[in-house]
Amino acid sequence: MIDYIQPDYEVVRNKDLCVKCKVCVRQCANQVHAYDEKRDALYVDNSKCVNCHRCVSLCPAHALKIVKTDHCFKPSANYTEDIIKDIYRQADSGGVLLSSMGTPKSYPVYWDKMLINASQVTNPSIDPLREPMEIKTFLGKKPEALEYLPDGSIKTEKYPNLELKVPIMFSAMSYGSISKNAHLCLARAARELGTFYNTGEGGLHEDLYEYGENTIVQVASGRFGVHPAYLRAGSAIEIKIGQGAKPGIGGHLPGSKIGEDVSRTRMIPMGSDAISPAPHHDIYSIEDLRQLVYSLKEATDYKKPVIVKIAAVHNVAAIASGIARSGADIIAIDGFRGGTGAAPTRIRDNVGIPVELALAAVDTRLREEGIRNNVGIVVGGSVRSSADVVKAVALGADAVYIATPALLALGCHLCRSCHSGRCNWGIATQIPELVNRLNPDIGARRLVNLVTAWAHEIMEMMGGMGINSIEALRGNRLMLRGIGLSQKELDILGIKHAGE
Amino acid sequence: MKRVYVNEEWCLGCRLCEYWCVFSASGEKHFPFAFDGGAKPPAGIQVEERGSVHFAVNCRHCEDPLCLKGCISGALSRDGYGAIRVDKTKCVGCHTCIALCPYGCIVSGGDNMPIKKCQLCAGKDYTPQCVSHCPNNAIVFEEDEDL
Repeated sequence: MIDYIQPDYEVVRNKDLCVKCKVCVRQCANQVHAYDEKRDALYVDNSKCVNCHRCVSLCPAHALKIVKTDHCFKPSANYTEDIIKDIYRQADSGGVLLSSMGTPKSYPVYWDKMLINASQVTNPSIDPLREPMEIKTFLGKKPEALEYLPDGSIKTEKYPNLELKVPIMFSAMSYGSISKNAHLCLARAARELGTFYNTGEGGLHEDLYEYGENTIVQVASGRFGVHPAYLRAGSAIEIKIGQGAKPGIGGHLPGSKIGEDVSRTRMIPMGSDAISPAPHHDIYSIEDLRQLVYSLKEATDYKKPVIVKIAAVHNVAAIASGIARSGADIIAIDGFRGGTGAAPTRIRDNVGIPVELALAAVDTRLREEGIRNNVGIVVGGSVRSSADVVKAVALGADAVYIATPALLALGCHLCRSCHSGRCNWGIATQIPELVNRLNPDIGARRLVNLVTAWAHEIMEMMGGMGINSIEALRGNRLMLRGIGLSQKELDILGIKHAGE
Repeated sequence: MKRVYVNEEWCLGCRLCEYWCVFSASGEKHFPFAFDGGAKPPAGIQVEERGSVHFAVNCRHCEDPLCLKGCISGALSRDGYGAIRVDKTKCVGCHTCIALCPYGCIVSGGDNMPIKKCQLCAGKDYTPQCVSHCPNNAIVFEEDEDL
């Protein structure tokens, strides 16, 4: 058989620097590096390299680098190298192409086409190091008005809300798609930061119940690992309708990742594929969704907010309006640039819409209908920095979900090979020796560092705008200006162009 | 005193500690210079492994050190911090200490050559290099536990 696919990367070893310590050989789970004793020589198999940088990062002599191969096809702007290789792959396998993490395609990133305001002369900016600056966020349904009893106490019914010290949560990644140590890092960091992480649809490992106060438990179409104690363990319950990276389809965790612990947590037999259906088979309408929302509320004594997570798709505003009337407390919108442990490539790269536009459309629609107070809005799907968070809040989000940045903090190098199950960084794998590479003491600290740094930056930007409470930034689209956007895009985002 | 402790749970068996130990002891400024000729000189810390279990071992700097008692040339001594150190100018390479060490933490530097052992990177103004370069916090530098 002819091998049509040539290696994407080349491992370059500087022999002057290499001390032959063989850490590269020991650490590469893809077996790219090898050592020949007879010749006392290290050699590589470039075809196995996924460009995850494990060897480069651990090489004590800095003797390694990975370069994109300059082996090339005849250039074409239409039949690009990626397209040609995908066709070869499918002609080889006859299968659906699979990919991991967010789409690498060059769709517009609207975060980068919005600029943030700052105060000059006529209104004072605020120094967050010297003056109070509030970024605490309450997520959930808010009362329309407050009524008081004669003794001054509040008469109005209070709804269950999530209290976030920072408007940033870790979004859903299931135990199974990521390792137990990765979950432990997220759980510990969420507790220290006063925020929440999300179990994803893989259930909650018994060792992680102690972090329940900082856990959002997810109920997805496969209902894996869902039982009364699980629902009661978390602080909120999320119904996952869709995921930004793969709207309209379910999930598939291969049987090879379903070991003893994952099997027990998901409540499925060891080694069996975990297939989540595309739809929830009991939800075919907003009325059906309402039934599930209230079933979950009933199961948890109406003490926990219910989140409904949807992928950003074409009619997202109308869908969100329905969800806001279904009894859900929070809507999570996941943009199409969001990550995934595995998704069909064509779906990841072509289905859905950018979260910025979806958020603006949803917030506008809910305000117009007078039901914005019914729900909190959380957005995810490629929120990459504190500036993205500020822009999301200004567009109307109550908080954001981050996952890819969290994984990067844990060591992920975005090699987009999660579906192989051999993550060299101990994140997207269930192989015990690889999982051990992620020490939760280090991982949790790095996550706390990342979010703390973002919180500082958010406060700096708010201070610059003369705003000292995140409530005053929420939906404050006057704080944003578009740059290089068409009138239609500006209208959807509800912002003016820079200079206006 | 502060000692180097190893947590087997997090040891990846990558052996970077051995290489950083050699580099630290070599006094060289450029990492590869410590390994001229290719073969790794013996290090003061060694990774023991069998199958998927691995952990690094190095000198415990015992309260009652057998190596020091058995040293025939007076090369081994305890420094002001409590670390057992070797005076390379006095060591005759008799290997008595190697035979006596209950932890197997002293290694031969070759026939009639001074032995190698962990000196906690003494005399350097940094944390022991095996500790600071461990990629997974499997090696820590902490105050005494009960030994």
